[in-house]
Amino acid sequence: MNNNLKEQVLRMSGVNPLKCMRCGKCSATCPSYDEMEYHPHQIVYMVEKGEIEKLMASPSIYKCLSCFACVERCPRDVEPAKLVEAIRLAVIRQQGQNHLKAKDIPDLIEADPDLPQQALVTAFRKYTK
Amino acid sequence: MVYHYYPGCTLKTKAKDLDRYGRKSMEALGITLTELENWQCCGGAFTMAKDEIATKLSSVRALADSRDGVLVTLCSACHNVIKQTNYAMANDAEFAMKANNYSKFDVPYNGETKVMHYLEVLRDVVGFDNLAKAVKNPLKGKKIAAYYGCLLLRPSKALQMDNPENPKILEDFIRAIGAEPVLYPYRNECCGGYMATEDQSVAAKKSGQVMDSAAEMGADMIITACPLCLYNLTKNAPGHQIPVYYFTELLAEALGVKD
Ligand code: SF4
Ligand code: SF4
Ligand code: SF4
Ligand code: SF4
Repeated sequence: MNNNLKEQVLRMSGVNPLKCMRCGKCSATCPSYDEMEYHPHQIVYMVEKGEIEKLMASPSIYKCLSCFACVERCPRDVEPAKLVEAIRLAVIRQQGQNHLKAKDIPDLIEADPDLPQQALVTAFRKYTK
Repeated sequence: MVYHYYPGCTLKTKAKDLDRYGRKSMEALGITLTELENWQCCGGAFTMAKDEIATKLSSVRALADSRDGVLVTLCSACHNVIKQTNYAMANDAEFAMKANNYSKFDVPYNGETKVMHYLEVLRDVVGFDNLAKAVKNPLKGKKIAAYYGCLLLRPSKALQMDNPENPKILEDFIRAIGAEPVLYPYRNECCGGYMATEDQSVAAKKSGQVMDSAAEMGADMIITACPLCLYNLTKNAPGHQIPVYYFTELLAEALGVKD
């Protein structure tokens, strides 16, 4: 358990995981549930336990669609997506850890010229520092 | 009242129809949208981390430049990013202080500008009753499914657009242009968004669910305000035949200004 990292994630996200009552509603409504190794309600609990490094190494943090469903529908206003975002930023802010690289963009456009700018811009914002 | 308009990058490129029909229709309804000078791309997604400042500055500038009027957005994503940024400027004192320290506006900006999505202008300024009266070619007999997706409604705390779980602004719009709205369960669920760049199969699965849901309820067509929704629903949901349009295109058609 790394207290520094936990502190950092809590500060960046502004989330208090202790508010969570583990009802699982966030995971039930998450459109990326099937794609995730750790699901939103588990992520909240893992942050509480300080298991940040485990989450930083998990592909789950790149599966969140930023759809805000868990933010809207959590009965305790925990806002799990903010934790996912903070953990992903803790990874990609490190040197050389960008998930999407500028050199990957031409291939994406070539694969589908109809891909709207919005998709690329958003992916870049989410995956790259 | 000045209606400053923030078109966003995609409306200048892949989604020109959303923009063009939007401006024409508003003009026909007596409101001129004045494009902001020097607007910069909002980034497509609001970065939720409180210590992220730079990624939000383009929105802060657009907001500060619109203080003498209303800031109108049309793309769902721009609307989401700019409204969430405005909410943070008004409610997160530390973020507002940092953004202001960086920006050095003549007068500090603290979330005073009112941001309205184009649909909110139709509802709250024009009025759907007046819109119905201005319609020249009602879209009679058309069964239209409104697709809200996620970015138009959530998080409702910051966006304050409509009831996030039982919205009606698009359905009221559909009625105003003379058509019949079709309700379906997936109208405010995600299409897969930018996951199209990471894992296309996820976007295909999510978009397919939306299309199936609308088809099951008997929709002839789907309307959206989001270029990425339109892309995902048309390109990433193969085998689904319901056409998807920008709502502004149907609006222009109904008002008789579509060329
Ligand atoms: S919905 Fe909220 S309270 Fe329920 S498990 Fe998720 S974070 Fe916890
Ligand atoms: S914001 Fe992310 S974690 Fe939350 S429901 Fe949407 S995809 Fe799942
Ligand atoms: S949402 Fe998009 S389209 Fe709208 S400006 Fe922002 S990134 Fe560009
Ligand atoms: S529905 Fe899809 S593109 Fe549209 S707002 Fe949600 S993720 Fe974005």
